[in-house]
Amino acid sequence: MRGNWDLLLFCVPGMVFTIIYHYIPIYGVQIAFRNYKMKKGIWGSEWVGLKNFAKFFNSADWWVLVRNTLILSLYSLAAGFPVAVILALMLNSFRHKRYRKVIQAVTYAPNFISTIVMCGMLILFLSPRVGVVNNVIRALGGETINFMAEISMWRHIYVWSGVWQGMGWSSVIYFAALAGVSPEYHEAAIVDGATKFQRVLHIDLPFLAPTMTMLLIMNMGSVLSVGFEKAYALQNDLNLPVSDIIATYTYRRGIIDRDISYSSAVGLMNSIVNSILLVTVNYITGKLSDNALF
Amino acid sequence: MELSHKKLRRARGDVIYDTIIFIILTFLFLIVAYPLYFVIISSISDPIEVSAGKVVLTPVGFTLDGYKEVFKTRTVVRGFVNSLIITILGTSINLLVTIPTSYALSRPDFTLKRPITLFYILTMFVSGGMMPTYIIVRSTGLLNTWWALVLPGCLGVYNMIVARTFFKTNIPLELMEAAKLDGCGNTKFFIYVVLPLSGAITAILCLYYGVGHWNSYFSALIYIQKRELWPLQLELRNILVMNTSVATKQVMTEAELLEKRRLDALKEMMKYSLIIISSIPVLVIYPFVQKHFVKGVMIGSVKG
Repeated sequence: MRGNWDLLLFCVPGMVFTIIYHYIPIYGVQIAFRNYKMKKGIWGSEWVGLKNFAKFFNSADWWVLVRNTLILSLYSLAAGFPVAVILALMLNSFRHKRYRKVIQAVTYAPNFISTIVMCGMLILFLSPRVGVVNNVIRALGGETINFMAEISMWRHIYVWSGVWQGMGWSSVIYFAALAGVSPEYHEAAIVDGATKFQRVLHIDLPFLAPTMTMLLIMNMGSVLSVGFEKAYALQNDLNLPVSDIIATYTYRRGIIDRDISYSSAVGLMNSIVNSILLVTVNYITGKLSDNALF
Repeated sequence: MELSHKKLRRARGDVIYDTIIFIILTFLFLIVAYPLYFVIISSISDPIEVSAGKVVLTPVGFTLDGYKEVFKTRTVVRGFVNSLIITILGTSINLLVTIPTSYALSRPDFTLKRPITLFYILTMFVSGGMMPTYIIVRSTGLLNTWWALVLPGCLGVYNMIVARTFFKTNIPLELMEAAKLDGCGNTKFFIYVVLPLSGAITAILCLYYGVGHWNSYFSALIYIQKRELWPLQLELRNILVMNTSVATKQVMTEAELLEKRRLDALKEMMKYSLIIISSIPVLVIYPFVQKHFVKGVMIGSVKG
């Protein structure tokens, strides 16, 4: 059979569900421009144009939300990205191979802990009354800190617990890439009298540049889509001024307050900004180096 | 003379480097390992000692009360069973959809390869968002059923790409051509030749999808209101994160105060046990499958 059309059958089930639950919702985004009523359905609801967007930008919330989302995502990126690269470089140049395996196994493990368990552990450890951290602080003569209620702490807790959980796993891809460094470079550098540190800095690190660029572009495309799960789990009324991000706001307004069209408009605006950022960063990196994604 | 001097200096620089790396990595190792270890020893220690900060390196006042308390909590047991069913159901559907699709898209002689691949890649960058998806899930009657947790994400694009790369590199095209000459069609070839050769990729996909289902709570939070259907993660959220506290009397006698302290401590202790129990399915398989997980990342990082 030419063209192997029967292979299409292999793809049909996945495509059907993807069309229903992914492409139809994209078409359904038009409820952002309508006043959605459940009875009238997506296509029957009244068309209101940009009213929902205007409502968002006229509210006091929008700037706080965008700022919180941006800060959280850029801070996460700025903290997590170098840690993963440095960890991979250190592991790669580590002399004790068996100990290295142990370190890798342990640092990968937190990646498989669920968001809820991760946040549960944080809340337990940081609890003002019985938490370990406050026990240590009190033992050292300090004052008890109610971490989860402290606005100035929330972002650091969010970001660094994320680094704790993800550093091992995000280093895997760099560690794998480092296997591709030709030993000849290192041999030549040794003959020229380069120290190990110099070799890591001038041979290994530049070798990772394409992988780093690729992941950076991918990450920039999602700066405004900070994961809902963790932010929502760590949220409480006291830290809301810094912990409310676009995803949790969309959820609260849409699912809880049932303001469906408004929530869709906020979500849509979010996706549009993401796409613009992705294309822009890709364009800039394409200009600066040959490593653009597309 | 000149050379040996150089050699000596280089060696000293490297020794310093190696020592620093050793110290930093050991430090990181402890930072990651200790909290995990602390949860384990706290789950089997006397809760009063834990909250007093007496548990540091070894369990103090060994007890399994926390675990008993967890098994006595009906909602947790039910959530555990629900999550097991959801994970098995979801992963099976994921595999049934992902493996055939990935194989078809790995074939260079498949005419629709490019458009269908693009069809999937696009979904990584464009989406309708939370509310439009919610409306479609509701109008297809999936609300308050487990299908809402497994059907919308039945094909993970990243996993599909990993599997496709696997088939590209592991099923030689010559094998297909030879089978074709013998009159074997694509479907037959897939069932009798490809599937028996895809053990490794099936393991990787099982793990990625399985851990995903076990750990997720977002879909259930949105789509499932009926508590009997809740997965474990939602029950955990109630206990670990939302801290459903019980109202207490303002004035209490000495004995009541002591009893309350004990109950509070037990509640705290139960949290440690809960963390362990909820992580058991992943913890049990983790040591055996770690190399598969890593292999998956490596396959995925190869452009193809």
